Amino acid sequence: MNVHAIRAIYHFEMARTFRTLMQSIASPVLSTSLYFVVFGAAIGQRMGAVDGVSYGAFIVPGLIMLSLLTESVSNASLGIYLPKWSGTIFELLSAPVSYVEVLLGYVGAAATKSVMLGTLILVTARFFVPYHVVHPLWMVAFLLLTAVSFSMLGFIIGLWSESFEQLGIVPLMVLTPLTFLGGAFYSIAMLPGAWRQIALFNPVVYLISGFRWSFYGVADVNVLLSTAATLAFFLLCVAVVAWIFRSGYKLKS
Amino acid sequence: MPDSTPAAPGEPIVRVAGLSKTYASGLTALNSIDLSIERGEIFALLGPNGAGKTTLINIICGIVTPGGGRISVAGHDIVREYRAARALIGLVPQELHTDAFESVWSTVTFSRGLFGRAPDARHCEQVLRALSLWERREAKIMTLSGGMKRRVLIAKALAHEPQVLFLDEPTAGVDVELRREMWDMVRALRERGVTIILTTHYIEEAELMADRIGVIHRGELIVVEEKARLMRKLGKKQLTLQLQRPLAGVPPELGAWPLELGDAGHALIYTFDAQRSDTGIAQLLRRLQELNIDFKDLHSSESSLEEIFVNLVRTRS
Ligand SMILES: Nc1ncnc2c1ncn2[C@@H]1O[C@H](COP(=O)(O)OP(=O)(O)OP(=O)(O)O)[C@@H](O)[C@H]1O
Ligand SMILES: [Mg+2]
Repeated sequence: MNVHAIRAIYHFEMARTFRTLMQSIASPVLSTSLYFVVFGAAIGQRMGAVDGVSYGAFIVPGLIMLSLLTESVSNASLGIYLPKWSGTIFELLSAPVSYVEVLLGYVGAAATKSVMLGTLILVTARFFVPYHVVHPLWMVAFLLLTAVSFSMLGFIIGLWSESFEQLGIVPLMVLTPLTFLGGAFYSIAMLPGAWRQIALFNPVVYLISGFRWSFYGVADVNVLLSTAATLAFFLLCVAVVAWIFRSGYKLKS
Repeated sequence: MPDSTPAAPGEPIVRVAGLSKTYASGLTALNSIDLSIERGEIFALLGPNGAGKTTLINIICGIVTPGGGRISVAGHDIVREYRAARALIGLVPQELHTDAFESVWSTVTFSRGLFGRAPDARHCEQVLRALSLWERREAKIMTLSGGMKRRVLIAKALAHEPQVLFLDEPTAGVDVELRREMWDMVRALRERGVTIILTTHYIEEAELMADRIGVIHRGELIVVEEKARLMRKLGKKQLTLQLQRPLAGVPPELGAWPLELGDAGHALIYTFDAQRSDTGIAQLLRRLQELNIDFKDLHSSESSLEEIFVNLVRTRS
């Protein structure tokens, strides 16, 4: 294991994060705060409680997940796309590293940033809505697992992308709808019959449900199923990355 | 693993056997290349645009996937033991690929870590000083000139103390002063036992720097020779005599001169070493007169690199 390489990549990526601190941290925090003001404080006052939780508190886990997913994907995808775009990837390809070290460096840095961001939003939310966390360890576990898994997905998207347009399209066209329809703002139980079944095909439902369970002890789907689904997704991403590096797909000619 | 034993002294440090490469486009860039690079030598790869120099280097360094064939670096197979092989290699690519926003210092220390070496500020400082980059170590790379960026790439390649250094057209777009500095640096590295493989379009550069020269043309390594010997071949001039009457063959009386017939017997071509004080031309012309071989025109020409390539290709096939 080339530990020096992992450290080098991780530091390189974290330095990039801190160079662009404003857009990478401030803007997601600001936009999520706006959600809290509008949905939590303003509209939430007139909404009934969902599953015995006030609406403002109910949307906190979903909103954190929303930022966590989009930020993980965009951080990690940009992290690996930039060297491809500028040509500096030659150095990574010629270095004595395997995909494991590359992943640990890039995905580790992207996930670190997402977790920092998630924590920051969690703290910010406290200013707008009162919430509590019933299972804090589970909450941290879901936060970490989601940050890592979706950073991994972002890494794959970055490897696959051949232009900045492609880089932006997956988060915009796939991730945002999946999150909005994944129960960030409502419980799946609130959907009419057939839609409830369809919703269960949305992987984000399992994430948000599990995460919300760690806050309030209520869930749309069994928490173990949530955990299993997230882990399965994580492993799938690892397999895809391993294959890309072995075959050189989109990396080597 | 038997392959992981380091190569014995005297073993080639880089061994390429039967290497071929066809890109996805269907273009065959390398055709069955065999090449051994000796430990501690400076080897120049010479060839025109598109010959396959960069492809060869990029395959050895792991950037392009090999087609057929095998490559080892210090006895380590570059595919199966890529970690051991790549840790020994430093590469300065042909294109100036650099991180715009990084500082010189951070990009050089990054390279050292990436290649598996513990941080060593002293070594990185030495490298930067040797390349006159020390004063600019805090500068963002994008604020540097092209020549400075090339120095940064060299510094990155040297950061992990490689044993084999690949320089892919190090002097392209570089002014005279930097070119001289670079040559000095290459010699100093060789003094320390680093093996250097460089590519160039310029015969003079190869002549100045290299111990051995390989000429690559259309994906084939058409000659690998010690510099002195190759330069004797390359330094040739030709005298072409347009004959009045065509000859069927070179007359035996002219056997003392290396002569060839061209233009279906209408031209007599004498190839000679321009560096010699006695070129033999005067004697040849006298002898022709004695033999009554008349000519209507004559001209001499120096073989260009292109002609040498073409000749080498022709004599090979
Ligand atoms: N990624 C690629 N895909 C397809 N063809 C390629 C690729 N890279 C190089 N080639 C082709 O392979 C051949 C050899 O290219 P290469 O870059 O190795 O030449 P070179 O000797 O380095 O030339 P130059 O002196 O111009 O740098 C060229 O015909 C080139 O067009
Ligand atoms: Mg080239």
